[in-house]
Amino acid sequence: MEIIPSRTFFRPGLSLRKGKRFGARTDRWTLLVVGTAILLALPVLTVFATALQPAGAVWRHLVDTVLADYVADSMLLMLGVGAGTLLIGVPAAWLTGVCEFPGRRLFEWALLLPMAIPAYIVAYTYTGLLDFAGPLQTGLREIFGWTRHDYWFPAIRSLPGAVAMLALVLYPYVYLLARAAFLEQSAAVLEVSRSLGAGPWRRFFGVALPLTRPSLIAGVSLVQMEALADYGTVQYFGVGTFTTGIFRVWFGMGDATAAAQLAALLLLFVFALLALERLSRRQARFHHTSARQSRPPRLPLRGRFGGLAVLACSMPLLFGFLIPAGVLAAWAARTAPRVLDERFLHLTANSLLLAAGAAGLALLLALVLAYGRRLRPRPLVRLAVRGAGLGYAVPGTVIAIGVMLPFAAVDRSVDDWARAWFGMSTGLLLSGTLAALLFAYCARFLPVALHSVEAGLTRIRPSMDDAARALGATPRAVLWRVHVPILRGSLLTALLLVFVDVLKELPATLILRPFNFNTLAVRTYELAADERLADSAGYALAIVLAGIGPVMLLSRAIGRARPGQ
Amino acid sequence: MPNLSRLRILFPMLCLLPGLLTSPLLAAEEVNVYSARKEDLIKPLLDDFSKQTGVAVNLVTGKEEALLQRLQSEGANTPADVLLTSDAGRLAAARQAGVLQAVQSESLTKHIPVAYRDPEGYWYGLSVRARPIMYAKDRVKSAELSTYEDLAAPKWRGKVCVRSSDSIYNQSLVAGMIAHRGEAKTEAWAKGLVANFARPPKGGDRDQIKAVAAGECDVALANTYYLGGMVNSPDPAEQAAAAKVAVFWPDAKTTGVHVNVSGAGVTAHARNRDNAVKLLEFLAGDSAQRWYADVNNEYPVNPAITPSATLQSWGTFKADTLNVAKLGELNAAAVRLMDRAGWK
Amino acid sequence: MTPFLELIDLDVAYPPRKVIRDLTLRMSHAGIGCLLGPSGCGKTTLLRAIAGFEPLRRGSIRLEGVELSRPEWTLPPEQRRIGLMFQDLALFPHLSVVDNIAFGLHDWKAAERRARVTELLKLVGLEEYAGRYPHQLSGGQQQRVALARALAPRPRLLLLDEPFSNLDVTLREGLAREVRTVLLREGTSGLLVSHDQFEAFAFADEIGVLHQGRLLQWDSAYNLYHRPADRFVADFIGQGVLLPGRLGGEGRVSTELGEIGGRSADGGCVAGERVEVLVRPDDVVHDDDSPLRAEVVERAFRGAEFLYTLKLPSGARLLCLAPSHHDHALGQRIGIRLDIDHLVMFRRGSGADG
Repeated sequence: MEIIPSRTFFRPGLSLRKGKRFGARTDRWTLLVVGTAILLALPVLTVFATALQPAGAVWRHLVDTVLADYVADSMLLMLGVGAGTLLIGVPAAWLTGVCEFPGRRLFEWALLLPMAIPAYIVAYTYTGLLDFAGPLQTGLREIFGWTRHDYWFPAIRSLPGAVAMLALVLYPYVYLLARAAFLEQSAAVLEVSRSLGAGPWRRFFGVALPLTRPSLIAGVSLVQMEALADYGTVQYFGVGTFTTGIFRVWFGMGDATAAAQLAALLLLFVFALLALERLSRRQARFHHTSARQSRPPRLPLRGRFGGLAVLACSMPLLFGFLIPAGVLAAWAARTAPRVLDERFLHLTANSLLLAAGAAGLALLLALVLAYGRRLRPRPLVRLAVRGAGLGYAVPGTVIAIGVMLPFAAVDRSVDDWARAWFGMSTGLLLSGTLAALLFAYCARFLPVALHSVEAGLTRIRPSMDDAARALGATPRAVLWRVHVPILRGSLLTALLLVFVDVLKELPATLILRPFNFNTLAVRTYELAADERLADSAGYALAIVLAGIGPVMLLSRAIGRARPGQ
Repeated sequence: MPNLSRLRILFPMLCLLPGLLTSPLLAAEEVNVYSARKEDLIKPLLDDFSKQTGVAVNLVTGKEEALLQRLQSEGANTPADVLLTSDAGRLAAARQAGVLQAVQSESLTKHIPVAYRDPEGYWYGLSVRARPIMYAKDRVKSAELSTYEDLAAPKWRGKVCVRSSDSIYNQSLVAGMIAHRGEAKTEAWAKGLVANFARPPKGGDRDQIKAVAAGECDVALANTYYLGGMVNSPDPAEQAAAAKVAVFWPDAKTTGVHVNVSGAGVTAHARNRDNAVKLLEFLAGDSAQRWYADVNNEYPVNPAITPSATLQSWGTFKADTLNVAKLGELNAAAVRLMDRAGWK
Repeated sequence: MTPFLELIDLDVAYPPRKVIRDLTLRMSHAGIGCLLGPSGCGKTTLLRAIAGFEPLRRGSIRLEGVELSRPEWTLPPEQRRIGLMFQDLALFPHLSVVDNIAFGLHDWKAAERRARVTELLKLVGLEEYAGRYPHQLSGGQQQRVALARALAPRPRLLLLDEPFSNLDVTLREGLAREVRTVLLREGTSGLLVSHDQFEAFAFADEIGVLHQGRLLQWDSAYNLYHRPADRFVADFIGQGVLLPGRLGGEGRVSTELGEIGGRSADGGCVAGERVEVLVRPDDVVHDDDSPLRAEVVERAFRGAEFLYTLKLPSGARLLCLAPSHHDHALGQRIGIRLDIDHLVMFRRGSGADG
């Protein structure tokens, strides 16, 4: 179909291609989103498929013995870490976002630093410090002449210990989202509440906090998924969660089916979390109503309150970063000359490149999914996007196996086909390549990027899309010319979050990496698993250092990523 | 505002970059190794092998089950020629899964005693680790110790440190006991042992040794090479802790000390089979065997090699002669038993 | 001659609700029109359907004789050359005024693009603000940027979705007229959606009244006021009351206020039927000499005039516009007479308001 331009200044020959078939079952965006989502959910689906096999004797045994403990410990861990991160993250976010006190600018970004340290490494350092045989307790015993039964000391390697460790490194997620939410609150709402006679405390608990609830729930659900998927810390602390259970059943009893069934059960927890999170986000489907909004002036905290604010912000920084990093540095100073060698630079380059590649890829996929969902808000698309985000709570090892099995199956069938038709073998095309590894990272960490991108997209009013479309931009052009530039803060956040996560990632890397390819995390793990904690410190510290740069960028990004600016 | 079109090009490139960097550069004369032994505990040997033979070695390390899973899923296309594990049970499982092939080599059968290899040559043990009792020199006399079973006696209440039952070392130990004494007796023993724990199981073997040194418990079960590592540690604190702890070889009059081996097998679909066999022979050879003892404080499988000074300082012991393959068969039963006994 | 814009038998639905039903509209020639209706009447949906954002259940949309939408097929908005101006303006916050205006000129040659942007900046009087960002502009300036941006690619039709409703009343009509002038100068047709009749009167040549997804009347402002085709239109446009009466011969209606005549639109009523007659406030003239009396029950001062609400003996109410020197207190009985030019009547109890 052709339209004859009615005015000469229109580019002649503008042909009207086939229009969209609204209401038809398929269209390109739906296919793209659903296809991408299925691909990303493949590892989890593989686990489910394995879990569908009939339960064997092992399952009976689990129910009889340890399953109740797994459920209880997982629940406690989830609740404890959720509460802990709220307790640390929300006050810190409120103080640095809304108040003014000495050192606020420093705390603003420094509070993110614990993200750079893998949880299991924090666990190692605190165990080294606080365990019975560690310097603190040994010192106390020497000073007071105590023996073992003379005093009580909290056992660091315990469920509460694991909660504390995970809360210390995971609170930045809550802090990040809560702070953004506080910053976005318009002055008007707070002024209204002030005019109604609400003091600062009531303004916080009565207005500011409830308004940020969706962000808080989003942050806490991320944190809880991370906690559920943690293996390093809970295993080291002897806490029996689903994740340790999966490993035990699979590695110790050699029963992959029962392990998959445990993993499926774990996913039920995640479904519950996700449902809660979506529910809270649905209520928060608001866009900025006015084009301009004034930012409330910061609440100055002086004297005693200023001191308290500094204290409240120093604590998480001290325990979440300075102490563990300090311990690492002390260990590394002793061991680095012996342990670090020419491979170090190579490992660092591998880690950085891998993290950058995965972050870029995850961001791209997150953009496709989030934007596809915006374009086609149909139940099918929504379901697909939700399914693509399941991998986050699944332990990296499980994801890795979920990637390995289907990839090997593809390799095998391609190979069989090539042999049958051309008499040659194609060998392994996907298995054991970095592509498989990158894919596993995406399957695991996509939700982190998706959260950030979706949150950003909901802040762009739909009329913005329509305006661009009416001005001749195709949906893809709208994404590139309107959304991406407006969202650059959110996109950078997504990029950096995935980057830091991949930098720390261990199990999937360990299982899927190609020959002669190591990363800082793998090297740290190998030394630590050989119980040479001090020797591993140099590499652990390198992970932390590599993560600090992005974390600082991140804090600048969120500082700038205010809409309409 | 960064230039968007540049960003658009940069994006895919950023994603592709790592992919381009990796495709393994597989040389002409090569052998590909899947190793469950940590890189530090195998790489120096592999480098020596390359130097001596000119055969390039490509290495990927990982956990046993994951590597086994990888081998199985890759099937006939697997690039791996050799599977190295730190546990005989896993080698037996690999054989059962059909991913190994039998290798006959005079050199291997000559150097490696029968108990430490597969009867049909599917895998060969390369180093031996023992799991004796370690005790606090100042609080325990060696005369008070006798057998593993004795550790379940009431006199040790609140004095025993052992790591969690997640550890393959404990699983192997219990599997050995089941093989010798049957499930019922072993379970009763495990319950007694759990009752004697000084603290809930946590940490690794070194942590148990340190707990003994620090006085949190009096006796512990740990592998000898961890103590050896501490004795030879550059960290003076570890040395001091190790000096407070002594080794006791239990079950000397009965079945012998629980041992397990690290070992290797050639994969069923190895493309570099000859090089793989060559590598196994090298690892069972004199220089490699000595390296195990000197660097990692493990006992050589080859009885002709004298162990290091550290190993000699702990004296000689009677090792369990049970074929280590049996440990693998009973591993799942051992884990279930420990679950029932409440061994966390 | 092919009509400019045709909407034929449209059904648009957000399942399960039909938002637009059986709607037919022809704008016979290019010009400026308005869809007027209370909120929720479906006017924005209709606008979005014309722009290509909503698929049709039934019917067809044609512009200059070429079909743009039919069921199962919708030409994408970016290919329609139909401009849109939104209530919230939807200016791109990351782009300067110039870049906002140039957004739709993406594939023009650079020189042409520059010339066109300069031309538009001049047209809307924003030359000095070219480099500013939207949040640095006042509401009225933002409005002008949005207009210039929408006009830049020379759309065949500009759709305006209540773009003035965020402004205060005085500014609103002024800007509506200003936009009208710009459209006329550009030679672009426009279709405004509004719930404000004064905005519509100021802006459009022809106005359609929409109610519950149906188009009730498409006509000039004058005719909508004086010849409403429908009880709803009569009620919605302007003020007035419906006075009961009975239709006699020769189109005269006998009411409580006597016989009313005038140029009659009998609304299909036949002699002898019970009817209601539309009485506008300006149809009721305050006349102290008149024998007809009514009680003042409400009064609103409007500067030049008073708007009185009067109660007739039967209890029926009337509105009366009187010059403001006629200052009467509540409860006072004042003389009135009717001066009806267009007699508009509806069948009583016909419920023709839906």
